[in-house]
Amino acid sequence: MDAKKKNNKAWFLVLPVVFVVAFTAIIPLMAVANYSLQDIQGADNRLFVGLDFFKRVATDPNVQDAFARNVTLSMQILLIQIPLGIFLARLMPKSGWKASAALVVVAIPLIIPWNVVGTTWRIFTRNDIGLGGVLVNKFTDYNLSESTFDAWATILVMDTWHWTPLVTLLVYAGLRSIPQAYYQAAAIDGASALAVFRFVELPKLKRVLMIALLLRFMDSFMMYTEPFVVTGGGPGSSTQTLSILLTTIAIGQFDIGVAGAFSLMYFLFIQIFSFLFFTVLTLDERPGATRVTPKEKVKSREKVEKPVNSKLKKVLK
Amino acid sequence: MAEIRLEGLAHSYDGGKTFALNPISMTFEDGKAYALLGPSGCGKTTLLNIISGLLKPSHGKVFIDGKDVTNVITDDRNIAQVFQFPVLYDTMTVRKNLEFPLKNRKLGKEAIAARVEEIAGLLGLEDDLDRKPAKLRSDLQQIVSLGRGLVREDVSAILFDEPLTVIDQNFKWTLRNRLKRLHLATGVTVVYVTHDQTEALTFADEVLVMNKGSLVQDGTAESLFLEPQHEFVGYFIGSPGMNFLDVEAKSSILTHNGMEIGKAAKEGLNGSYRFGVRPEFLIPSAKSGLEFKVDRIEDRGVFKLVHLSKDDFKFIAKTEESYEAQVGGKANFSFDSERAFVYDTNQKAVSTVSPSSEGGN
Amino acid sequence: MTTTIATSAAGKKTSRFRIDLRSWLFWLIMAVWALPVAWLVSMSLRDNADILSSFEVIPSKISLNSYAQFFEDPSWIGSYMNSITYTLLNTVLSLLVALPAAYAFSRYTFSGDKHLFFWLLTNRMAPAAVFLLPFFQLYQAANLFDTPLGVALAHMLFNVPLAVWILEGFMSGVPKQLDEIAEVDGYRFGRFFLTIFIPMIRSGIGVTAFFLFMFSWVELLIARTITATQAKPIAAQMTRTISASGLDWSLLSAAGVMTIIPGVIVIWFVRNYIAKGFALGRV
Repeated sequence: MDAKKKNNKAWFLVLPVVFVVAFTAIIPLMAVANYSLQDIQGADNRLFVGLDFFKRVATDPNVQDAFARNVTLSMQILLIQIPLGIFLARLMPKSGWKASAALVVVAIPLIIPWNVVGTTWRIFTRNDIGLGGVLVNKFTDYNLSESTFDAWATILVMDTWHWTPLVTLLVYAGLRSIPQAYYQAAAIDGASALAVFRFVELPKLKRVLMIALLLRFMDSFMMYTEPFVVTGGGPGSSTQTLSILLTTIAIGQFDIGVAGAFSLMYFLFIQIFSFLFFTVLTLDERPGATRVTPKEKVKSREKVEKPVNSKLKKVLK
Repeated sequence: MAEIRLEGLAHSYDGGKTFALNPISMTFEDGKAYALLGPSGCGKTTLLNIISGLLKPSHGKVFIDGKDVTNVITDDRNIAQVFQFPVLYDTMTVRKNLEFPLKNRKLGKEAIAARVEEIAGLLGLEDDLDRKPAKLRSDLQQIVSLGRGLVREDVSAILFDEPLTVIDQNFKWTLRNRLKRLHLATGVTVVYVTHDQTEALTFADEVLVMNKGSLVQDGTAESLFLEPQHEFVGYFIGSPGMNFLDVEAKSSILTHNGMEIGKAAKEGLNGSYRFGVRPEFLIPSAKSGLEFKVDRIEDRGVFKLVHLSKDDFKFIAKTEESYEAQVGGKANFSFDSERAFVYDTNQKAVSTVSPSSEGGN
Repeated sequence: MTTTIATSAAGKKTSRFRIDLRSWLFWLIMAVWALPVAWLVSMSLRDNADILSSFEVIPSKISLNSYAQFFEDPSWIGSYMNSITYTLLNTVLSLLVALPAAYAFSRYTFSGDKHLFFWLLTNRMAPAAVFLLPFFQLYQAANLFDTPLGVALAHMLFNVPLAVWILEGFMSGVPKQLDEIAEVDGYRFGRFFLTIFIPMIRSGIGVTAFFLFMFSWVELLIARTITATQAKPIAAQMTRTISASGLDWSLLSAAGVMTIIPGVIVIWFVRNYIAKGFALGRV
């Protein structure tokens, strides 16, 4: 790769983004920090309380419980959705109109508004009018507003329904980008189907799987809308995620000091965890994180340069 | 060790609209080395993949040692294949990569270790055995890839798909010689795909020239050079390629714009043909033959290339180093009657041509 | 060719049969996957009284009353249009600010570029719940509360970093020589960028627009917090109905189906590019 030019004027191109993000992220975060350090009783009645709110959040059993719950939920989600996503991606048709149709069908849960996902499942799992609820009730007692287990399982199944497609699409794209020659070589070498998966596909999917893991962790750790609509966090607080709890504190109780401290800790935790996760997973790839084999190089060069050159001639004439 | 026979083999990727490979029937004899030579996109790789079973032909049959294997999967054909670019298992060391085909075939531990050592020795990979392929230069990666193709001893045939493309020039020859020696030592049937004529002509016992999905001629390096049966062979093999000229035939007398060029050995040719003669067989003569204008002379050290023109066409002659002529002046050239050919509209050779009698010899 | 090779790689002799089995299994799973949405459609096609009185897998009485009600009631169709408005607004605005920035990141190095890029991405990791309170106050102070523009701006929090990230990937795939040739030929930057570079990466812009549309369309928490009545999103209209007594399941289902439609349309248009966007690993 040829080196990029050093040019500080490029800042002018980035400036609009900086302004927008300043408005949408920096100012709000400063406000949050502001809340977290002072006890605001009124416009002129502020009391600097230091890290008191942070201590209160850290020692609050409700927060601790929600935290433990969210960690458990995220882990279960990753354990189910990553293998299931890989499995589905390997089943997907590889070419022709069937491949297009499969892509569209798989992607549909991803484009449904999150609350509608909740609504859909709320209807589907109802004991009286929902197909799922009625069916499950034929085999075992199912009631998600009373049984903690039922509520938890429903959230898990719903999230799997909603987000496994993301993993599937990522893995599918990853599989498509493996050059045919690797499969051909494996066939020549007499590799079993399992060996092809283990030694050809899995290593090539590493990067894509890392992104899938990271995204699924982050998003499941921030989950709010779907459980809020389906269970409202209940029964009791058995499906209350960190985001639901935070919203209750901030909007419901308007306890903005605690909410501010909570927000900052929440935000930081996700960032630090994601960063560590990313670092650990890419540890053995450095330096030169993505290696391009000559074939891929040649291919991508052909792909890019040919149209560029012919186009250029046309355009620049 | 096996004989591979193709019967009416053809392949279309799009259900018969166009053919990547036109019908071919031929036999690869046991123990011989073959080269498939042709420009990119001529169907070489398609043919190779059909032989190894990676691709199922849309038409025709493949036999290995007389057994129909058209529907037999790669694994059961027992064929090794090396690809154009390095294809390696990233997570395995070089040693594990080399062991992999043998392990899949359940060989004993010691036999595997011994064989891997042997191949590593042959290819000069001893020092890199315990490294990951990603840490190697790309030409070394290709050599590991080559090693994986060679490591199995019991294969029916080894297919090479332009294996030396990414190797640098100097090492290319060393490797090619080692492959040749390995072939001689083991006597396994080898099919070697390349677009480099020198590689093909020096490696193989028999060369198959392919163009646009068709096998246009097969034979020894010598016969391809001396008796090109197809215009493409004349053009593609040899440097520079054959001289061609559109001619009209009337009772086998060939003329170009009314000027007599020669007489076809075969009787009764009438209509449009092409006359072809290699630069090597355009022979300077004192007075006989055709009179050309000398445009340019390239001195290549051991020979000279004389660029000639006459009326509306140009020829190149390859002459001895001692040949002298005035650039811009006139020179007479005749041709060898065994080595000049006339091709029909299907580009197939129909006859040899002898120089016009009026000029004499 | 693909199928043949995959089969031989999979390795057993009954290859045709195996392929079919895989394909059948896939569509079977997809059929199960479609059940909740299919049920939603079925509910939306029945009257509420009908739904509550009898449980039917295949509806016996089809009625479009709920859809009619959805289109006639301004609070439903109005909020639906609100959602479409701010989503489109967000897509356009995000692209406008992200395009030059992505170009800068893909072509130049400048002081603090890596930090800025990473910091941008961290915004994608921000839980929406964190921003509720400050957004509520900030947008009221800035007179953006309860306006489509306000929601569009708020969604730029996570959409702008995403757009910069995806676009940067596509732009890096365009050789830098292009810029140099244009410069040699005397193109001013603005004209080069608009007439040559942008058309060059239009598939990338398409993919980006799809993801921007999608993430703005599916978001509820922020959109609900900074709106009241004027710019209320369809999603909020639906949750507010939930808290009322005596739910109209049929109407709710019809509204749900309506919210799925724009996404399906958009996805159909970009289906061939989605895999490409995902392949870049930048979603």
